[in-house]
Amino acid sequence: MWDKAVVDMIIAGIGETLYMTLVSTFFGYVFGLPLGVALRVTDKDGIRPNAVVYKVLDFISNIVRSVPFLILLIVLIPFTRMIVGKSYGSTATIVPLVVAATPFIGRMVESSLREVDGGVIEAAQSMGAGNFTIIFRVLLVEARTSILVGATIAIGTILGYSAMAGTVGGGGLGDIAIRYGYHRYQADIMIVTVILLIVLVQIFQTIGMFISNKLDRRKR
Amino acid sequence: MITLENVSKTYHTKDGVVQALKNVSLTIERGDIFGIIGMSGAGKSTLVRTLNFLEKPTAGTVMVDGKDLSKLSEKELREERRGIGMIFQHFNLLMQKNVTDNICFPLKIAGMPKDKARARANELLEIVGLTDKAKAYPVQLSGGQKQRVAIARALATNPKILLCDEATSALDPQTTKSILALLKEINQKYGITIVIITHEMAVVREICTRVGIIGNGELVEHGNVIDVFSHPQSEQAKELVLRNHGENYELVESLETKNCVRIVFSENSSYEPVIANMVLKFGMPVNILKADTKNVSGIAHGEMILGLPEDTGVAQDMLVYLRERNLAVEEVTGYVG
Repeated sequence: MWDKAVVDMIIAGIGETLYMTLVSTFFGYVFGLPLGVALRVTDKDGIRPNAVVYKVLDFISNIVRSVPFLILLIVLIPFTRMIVGKSYGSTATIVPLVVAATPFIGRMVESSLREVDGGVIEAAQSMGAGNFTIIFRVLLVEARTSILVGATIAIGTILGYSAMAGTVGGGGLGDIAIRYGYHRYQADIMIVTVILLIVLVQIFQTIGMFISNKLDRRKR
Repeated sequence: MITLENVSKTYHTKDGVVQALKNVSLTIERGDIFGIIGMSGAGKSTLVRTLNFLEKPTAGTVMVDGKDLSKLSEKELREERRGIGMIFQHFNLLMQKNVTDNICFPLKIAGMPKDKARARANELLEIVGLTDKAKAYPVQLSGGQKQRVAIARALATNPKILLCDEATSALDPQTTKSILALLKEINQKYGITIVIITHEMAVVREICTRVGIIGNGELVEHGNVIDVFSHPQSEQAKELVLRNHGENYELVESLETKNCVRIVFSENSSYEPVIANMVLKFGMPVNILKADTKNVSGIAHGEMILGLPEDTGVAQDMLVYLRERNLAVEEVTGYVG
């Protein structure tokens, strides 16, 4: 049963999983990073408090995070079709993945930025720094270690979500695990794919922590 | 240089309105080292932040170098702030940047090219005595070294004014002395006006030329350090002068006397043995509870706390006797050290 077809399928699965996870994480940050910054900046103790903007962003991101991913995947089918032209396959899965990941990432970025000492921001203001300078040269720089740790967590979560892509014919290791292990009772293939998923998460975790440690100047 | 006119600041909190500053009017001259002292919560941190408009006053005007800060646009205010350096209790350095980059930060904000900023950073490291730490990160430095970096950073843009918010409160006495010496040197060499916020009388005594005492958001007293130290007028001033010596005097409970006076000798009044003569004249002993000599802005000042006899008549006569000898005398109630 471990013929070439199965091995090829698993290798293709790894590729699809990596593709979905990495592309989704990338776009998740394209939207999530500005969202997190906006949440932090407009909060009442932020550098540009704006209750209306904060409440709106806060509300939207909470709603999206509350919807189970599987439901989101289905609800978003028309939207996905509009963007990528079809509603199945790995590329199509990226759309709901990004939608689900953005508020999650935004929250993590917000909490990372919250760790930056208010005194440092005040010091920058006392030097005549504007809000843009504070965001790009103080907040994001001082919080980079924490943001990277957050990214590591985000990749793991998105990888987990991507496993549900099988429901819409999305492919990837999760899809294989469900189709062979669950529907066909082929436990051996399921175990292999699950182990592979674990290994992938471990690799991302290790790389992420290594980079964030490497970049952290708060260590002697 | 800096003029505050009826500056008030009120905060609206959940528990109601808090008035952090009430009608503070104050003038700080060019080249002064001006101390603002008060208990915690007195409003001194708010006061210093109105000087660069990190806190915008709810009423009153703040004039810096002839400019009314409330009349400036956001952009003009940011430019004005480049002329006002500030250092903090907890240093507030960028933890992810090394010493040189920290010092270059305000220069970068001001738009100075990188190589010029680096050259300026090296100059400043020389001034604060940290040339060997140029590549170090803040975590590798001691508190005193971090404050030196913060001073270098605050001076980078050649400010006219340096604001110090409890700059030595997180440092040990030895380091405090060295930082204060550095500030004094900066004041004398570059003529930078320095405003120091502190809760320690010792800091004011050490380097300030003038002092303002703040209590409950009000400026209760201000003037030359020597005058305020010798003749404190307000309750807050008396309390600070008496209790806050920087060192902790622990007096035994039983020494608590009702009839206490505090006497300050200046240099020329120290020749005559006043107390001994007084004891001989009245034939009554006095209890010396404390005697000390302090260096106030470079002049030696003797300070003594006496417990006068229980007999209020004699005590009154003694007070008159002391005042006739041109000593600064004041009654102290419930002295417990």
